[in-house]
Amino acid sequence: MATDLINLDRLIAKAEERKHLPAPELAFQHLDTLWLQVTGTLCNLACLHCFISCGPKNESHPFMSKEQVFQALEDGARYGVKEVYFTGGEPFMHPDIKDLITKTLEIAPLSILTNGILIDDAMAAWLGETFRNSRYTFDMRVSLDGTTAEENDAIRGRHTFEQILQGIDKLWANGLNPVITVTTCHAELGAAEGRSKFIELLKDRGITQPRLKFLSPFKIGREERRDSGYQNYERLVEGDLIEGEEDDLQCSSCRMVTAKGVYPCPILIEVEEARMGDSLADGMTPIKLDHPACYTCHVEGVTCRT
Amino acid sequence: MSNVTTYVVFGGVYNNHISLAALLDAATEHGAEEIYCLGDIGGFGPSPDKVFPHLRDTANLHVMQGNYDHSIGNRLEDCACGYTDPRDNHFAQISYDYTFENTSEPNKDWLRELPTEFRHTWAGKRVLMSHGSPRRTNEFLWESMCPDGFLKYLLDESEADLLFVTHTGIPWVRTLEDGRQVVNVGVIGRPPNDGQTTVDYVVVRVGDDTIEILPQKLEYDFEALAAEMRDEGLPEEFVETVLTGWWTTCLEILPGRERSVGPY
Ligand code: SF4
Ligand code: SF4
Repeated sequence: MATDLINLDRLIAKAEERKHLPAPELAFQHLDTLWLQVTGTLCNLACLHCFISCGPKNESHPFMSKEQVFQALEDGARYGVKEVYFTGGEPFMHPDIKDLITKTLEIAPLSILTNGILIDDAMAAWLGETFRNSRYTFDMRVSLDGTTAEENDAIRGRHTFEQILQGIDKLWANGLNPVITVTTCHAELGAAEGRSKFIELLKDRGITQPRLKFLSPFKIGREERRDSGYQNYERLVEGDLIEGEEDDLQCSSCRMVTAKGVYPCPILIEVEEARMGDSLADGMTPIKLDHPACYTCHVEGVTCRT
Repeated sequence: MSNVTTYVVFGGVYNNHISLAALLDAATEHGAEEIYCLGDIGGFGPSPDKVFPHLRDTANLHVMQGNYDHSIGNRLEDCACGYTDPRDNHFAQISYDYTFENTSEPNKDWLRELPTEFRHTWAGKRVLMSHGSPRRTNEFLWESMCPDGFLKYLLDESEADLLFVTHTGIPWVRTLEDGRQVVNVGVIGRPPNDGQTTVDYVVVRVGDDTIEILPQKLEYDFEALAAEMRDEGLPEEFVETVLTGWWTTCLEILPGRERSVGPY
């Protein structure tokens, strides 16, 4: 503990000395990952840790129209995109979700970030069939925030634990093995013991090939109010990036398109200054890592990809 | 009569000296003029030093450095495969530490000095061989994760018409609309998660203006390998892969499609 305190003091002192320096600039290498905020900030849940404060009433980013999604896909294909992610909000709230999935899979592998609750039997069957027949791989990433109803529901809302698990069961039964995504709001979830609990939970439900991803929470959106938000020293300035980090930061190789335009990454879509322009073409330029969330990426090496 | 030259391209030896010897015999039978190994010499299998006489003393064999070889050669602490799953890491580390301890210093030095790509002109085409991808040694090029547009981008950037890679352990061939090709040659060190005990390599037949890619299956004495792995005290999980053809560890990196094929 004592060493933590000393390091923190040193960190703050160092940040104080360097705060006049500009934020680091990050070149854009190539569009490996295209994120599409297909359902904007609209979600059937309103999780406490949601870094973009999604919920049933948040319309700050509306649904993308089919045309907007197709346009972004066409642009992405032209730039040689490697993979596409759908997120929201909850992508399965989109009325044209099947068309969006079909079109995307003609162009690139697709992952959908979902809470799984809206996937009924018919949809699960269609998704399984699509997975088997598509040219590129197709993944579901289902968020779950605990291995008990108590743990999960405290964050994701009452009765969500059982509903999410039912969604996972349906996908598995239809031959689609979802990646279970856990936000490590409680550090112990990500530790070895926490992981084995998730593996046990899934194995108990007959999922013999458990796939897991652990993500650090970002202290913005609703998470800012839940936790403490960022401290003053948590900002990046020129010279902070370590060797090779340019390659590791996802924003050197990803862009996010929403109904409102193009953004550097999935994390910053509610930061108005981060908006890069109307279409993907406007996003093919360097960015400034001047947001405190960039600090989390720097420290934790976070990537939203699977 | 046009002239045809035969080449053999393979990767991922993973200490498998038995399949390596079988591969070199097969190359001779094919009448291969040159043989190219795309790296990842260590890991997984038994007795690391046994592959080096083959690799170093075969006159027409050219060996490239993979990420594993870079790590062993530079005396790094791990293989830089970048697993995040603790179980994957556990097994990856066992295999790395074993390989590291049992690779002689001169062999480590040899690995450190290996080249990282090969370029040729075959039948007027620009041929590039890389370990993972032309832009990153440890980038995985899985079939289900490589859209045509992305491969086109890689070929444009690296100024190539025909690209050979390994690193993932599962072979595939893609021909783009414009006729350019990308070939993942697979590996000879362990089976490609297909329930068979054979391993993979590629024969290339180059004429005056034609290039033929012929993916091959290689049989070798996998039971002898399994026995030696047990003698060396390597994990039973690895032995199982050799005997059954199914991967049991490091599954986290597999895309959904490739993973759904196997039982683990
Ligand atoms: S974390 Fe996901 S499921 Fe929860 S409110 Fe945000 S978008 Fe919806
Ligand atoms: S928040 Fe992270 S991913 Fe987004 S721009 Fe900053 S460093 Fe990049």
